[in-house]
Amino acid sequence: MHARSEASAETTPSWPEDIFSILQRFDVRQVPYVPDAGHSQLIERVLGAPSMRAVPLTTEEEGVALLAGAWAGGQRGVLLMQSSGVGNCVNMFSLTQILRFPFLTLVTMRGEWGEFNPWQVPMGSSTAGVFELSGIKVLRASHPNEVSEVVEAAAGQAYNACTPTAVLLSQRLIGAKVFTK
Amino acid sequence: MSRPNLLERRSVVSALLAGRKETIVVGGLGASTYDIAAAGDHDRNFYLWGAMGGAVMIGLGVALAQPKLPVVVITGDGEMLMGIGSLATVGLQKPGNLTIIVLDNEVYGETGGQASHTGATTDLVGVAKACGIADARTLATMGEIEAFAPSMQNVSTGPRFASIKIDSANLERVLASRDGSLIVTRIRGALGFAPI
Repeated sequence: MHARSEASAETTPSWPEDIFSILQRFDVRQVPYVPDAGHSQLIERVLGAPSMRAVPLTTEEEGVALLAGAWAGGQRGVLLMQSSGVGNCVNMFSLTQILRFPFLTLVTMRGEWGEFNPWQVPMGSSTAGVFELSGIKVLRASHPNEVSEVVEAAAGQAYNACTPTAVLLSQRLIGAKVFTK
Repeated sequence: MSRPNLLERRSVVSALLAGRKETIVVGGLGASTYDIAAAGDHDRNFYLWGAMGGAVMIGLGVALAQPKLPVVVITGDGEMLMGIGSLATVGLQKPGNLTIIVLDNEVYGETGGQASHTGATTDLVGVAKACGIADARTLATMGEIEAFAPSMQNVSTGPRFASIKIDSANLERVLASRDGSLIVTRIRGALGFAPI
């Protein structure tokens, strides 16, 4: 959980809105999340959407299990988290292979591209590898104009082909957190 | 290790599920899954053989997706402790149709009977209450369990949490299906959802 203090109002990006539209179109109903500043705009949209249930979590692995239950009950979901949360999920990722349910997660990256805080770097550096070792496909978006097509492709393969998929939203896209005294 | 005056787990689960009707039942890994299988295999049983700590969250996901159906999670104290934060998440969401049952034998029975926190210091009912699950209680007799079971059918008065102290004797395993894909497809089919 990090407030990116310089995420300024004058340049509200449009890509979170693109993601929201895609999730709506794919009839995503349950949206578990552990907050990240990079997801704040999307979380606000989800909280305001009558067709969606935002579910704040105490730890990210809860979201993996929640989405498994949602699917058994007939609903699609998406897990929003930041890269440091991916490591918290490792054993629970077993469910994506064992239950073969349509797992999609959107991950805002820390620990790369101008990172100030070295404590973010180890998990940020292993995020893609952790997903791949867990049998989850990894796609990445680093520029605002590619977010839409990457998330569209990820949602398509997750929901249509039950291929568990993670989208990494690069720190380059979101902007490195600025630490000021 | 067997203490007097504790309830026998299979009888407890059978009594809880006797009037289950359309209820979806999630069993935490280990003996809870065997208990649910022993009470009778069912299209709406979600057996867990892993994902320790995930039972309550799986139940929450089903409960939010199917708010008109009763959803009951039956798990053990060790599995509950590993997912203890999920009680806070349930307390926040307040699904009226979700019941969480903890069969508390105060040990990790599957791994040789090592003591869990609940035999010494952790009060799971207190934790559930503190997380915002107002209807949290201990059930101590078969009479109390039989009186409680019908309330699980009420989909507007949950979430509810019950801890039941049970005998820690290891019983013969009743093996449910281990095919997770089959289990989920079967539940979805019972709810009218086709495979992809």
